[in-house]
Amino acid sequence: MASITLDKVGKIYAGGTRAVGDVSIDIADGEFIVLVGPSGCGKSTLLRMVAGLEAISEGTVRIGNRVVNDIEPADRDIAMVFQNYALYPHMSVRQNLAYGLKNRRTPRAEIERRVAQAAAILQIGPFLDRKPRALSGGQRQRVAMGRAIVREPAAFLFDEPLSNLDAKLRVTMRLEIKELQRRLRTTSIYVTHDQLEAMTLADRLVVLNAGRIEQIGTPLEVYRKPASTFVAGFIGSPAMNLISSRAVPHLPAAAQAGTIGIRPEDLSVAPDGPLEMEVLAVEELGAQRLVHGQTGGERLTVAMPSDAPLSDTLRLTYRPGSLHLFHPETGRRID
Amino acid sequence: MIENRPGLTLLAHLTLMAGVVIVALPVWVAFVASTHTATDFMSGTIPLWPGPHLVENYARMLDTGVSTSGTPPVGTMMLNSLVMALLIACGKIAISITSAFAIVYFRFPLRTLAFWCIFITLMLPVEVRIVPTFQVVADLGMLNSYAGLTIPLIASATATFLFRQVFLTIPDELTEAARIDGAGPMKFFRDILLPLSRTNIAALFVILFIYGWNQYLWPLLITTSSDYYTIVAGIKRMADAVDGLPQWHLVMATAMLAMLPPVAVVIGMQRLFVKGLVETEK
Ligand SMILES: Nc1ncnc2c1ncn2[C@@H]1O[C@H](COP(=O)(O)OP(=O)(O)OP(=O)(O)O)[C@@H](O)[C@H]1O
Ligand SMILES: [Mg+2]
Repeated sequence: MASITLDKVGKIYAGGTRAVGDVSIDIADGEFIVLVGPSGCGKSTLLRMVAGLEAISEGTVRIGNRVVNDIEPADRDIAMVFQNYALYPHMSVRQNLAYGLKNRRTPRAEIERRVAQAAAILQIGPFLDRKPRALSGGQRQRVAMGRAIVREPAAFLFDEPLSNLDAKLRVTMRLEIKELQRRLRTTSIYVTHDQLEAMTLADRLVVLNAGRIEQIGTPLEVYRKPASTFVAGFIGSPAMNLISSRAVPHLPAAAQAGTIGIRPEDLSVAPDGPLEMEVLAVEELGAQRLVHGQTGGERLTVAMPSDAPLSDTLRLTYRPGSLHLFHPETGRRID
Repeated sequence: MIENRPGLTLLAHLTLMAGVVIVALPVWVAFVASTHTATDFMSGTIPLWPGPHLVENYARMLDTGVSTSGTPPVGTMMLNSLVMALLIACGKIAISITSAFAIVYFRFPLRTLAFWCIFITLMLPVEVRIVPTFQVVADLGMLNSYAGLTIPLIASATATFLFRQVFLTIPDELTEAARIDGAGPMKFFRDILLPLSRTNIAALFVILFIYGWNQYLWPLLITTSSDYYTIVAGIKRMADAVDGLPQWHLVMATAMLAMLPPVAVVIGMQRLFVKGLVETEK
């Protein structure tokens, strides 16, 4: 177990592409950190620099109290779970789990003990003598996690481990990972582009955009007080409405020029509401209904109970205190 | 294509049978010839059914060979061919797999140059560079030796590209997982790459074994001592008998014997071989 500290970390790929810049994060011992952001924002690059699979171009990475910039991946005391599992196809599950330990000359009895323990935790006991080919996606994912657990590392690194699974399995595995991490209290960094996964797993979220940190905070902080229009649009589903303040009448003077953010669930139908929306499309989600429309030339989405009345134009009101205000040029939050 | 028309099935079977007959007929004629005496063949009509001299002809070849053409007994030549084919197959596989490993997994200076040098050897099979190669082998005193028979044929890179292709299909994440698991380069090669290329190695072994076994021009050139004659070159020597008619029945018996080891290798490795050619899942 260890804390991980990233200090002004940056990555410039050969050829001059800057993938990550100026990233500083202090990760406490036992914390579950989720790196989230759209495709190509540099999440994997950042994680791989922590793992040692990618050279660190700028800044320092510390695991425990040790600077690991020039240390081989195997000696960094970390374990990684990959998106496509990366199990050794010619080895049985047992050999897959044991391989890393064998390379570190762990005594045989100790290897057996750890493999048995991991198998019990992940319920992969019955498959120990099968080849990965003979396992389902979910089972392979468990084996991949088993391979990380047996190492008893200072930190787990996950790179989109669930994105090859179907939606339902993703939800169960998500919970299992969370429980597992609770139980083992191993510091973890988890990369995903799925904001829901990020929200449910994280102790703290790190939202990345184009290689830079937009915001760090607990899921609720990030949800309630997004630091920028980027975060506001990325975290939360359906996404927050971002409209010009001109489209919203009766705003306080301070909010006159800027971008207003309103979550779809903070809007509701009211006969005398300040906003009038022309309905363009309706999505039924079962418990909820999403109504898409436009007001004053701005697109707007409203989440409402599925029994609420519908018409071609709706008058809407927003929950008091639910407006987010962002600077018109920088997009940063104004409080 | 899934069709279910009896006419088509019949046609397909007839075509296949015709193919089999065309391929098998010469082999059959050779076999028949090897069971007759020399005179039966010179009489003008070629017999189509086996004669009574099978044991006699084969025993003679295995025992003494055809002394008139200066070839040793078939056993010696078979052994030479076997050594040569095995050395070529194993040597080529060893060289190719290690050079492919270097090219795919290491960034070293002049890597591109090395790659192109290997590539160029593809365009220079032994037949093309035969005169200079002979000169080199002769200067090094390797005429009439197994080294001379095999090294010039091993030193070409055809198989490097096959292994390069195989290695490129192994996902990067697997390499990275191995790195995190503490496998250094050699351990990675031994524990991951070799087992994963097992079927390809087997397929290549079959192809190279037959390639080595069938070598004709090179052994004919560089062996002058009958101790190093290979079977394929030996057949040729038997067939040009200087002072009389070729002893076709004996030549054919030798040819039949010469076919056996490649057939055995193909049958023995068939399962792995086919897997190596068709398997895509890694
Ligand atoms: N080896 C490389 N050489 C040059 N540029 C690279 C390399 N690997 C990644 N990049 C670039 O760095 C940026 C970040 O890539 P990265 O793989 O970290 O994104 P990501 O956030 O993990 O995206 P995804 O969600 O699609 O996996 C991208 O713009 C990518 O094109
Ligand atoms: Mg990625």
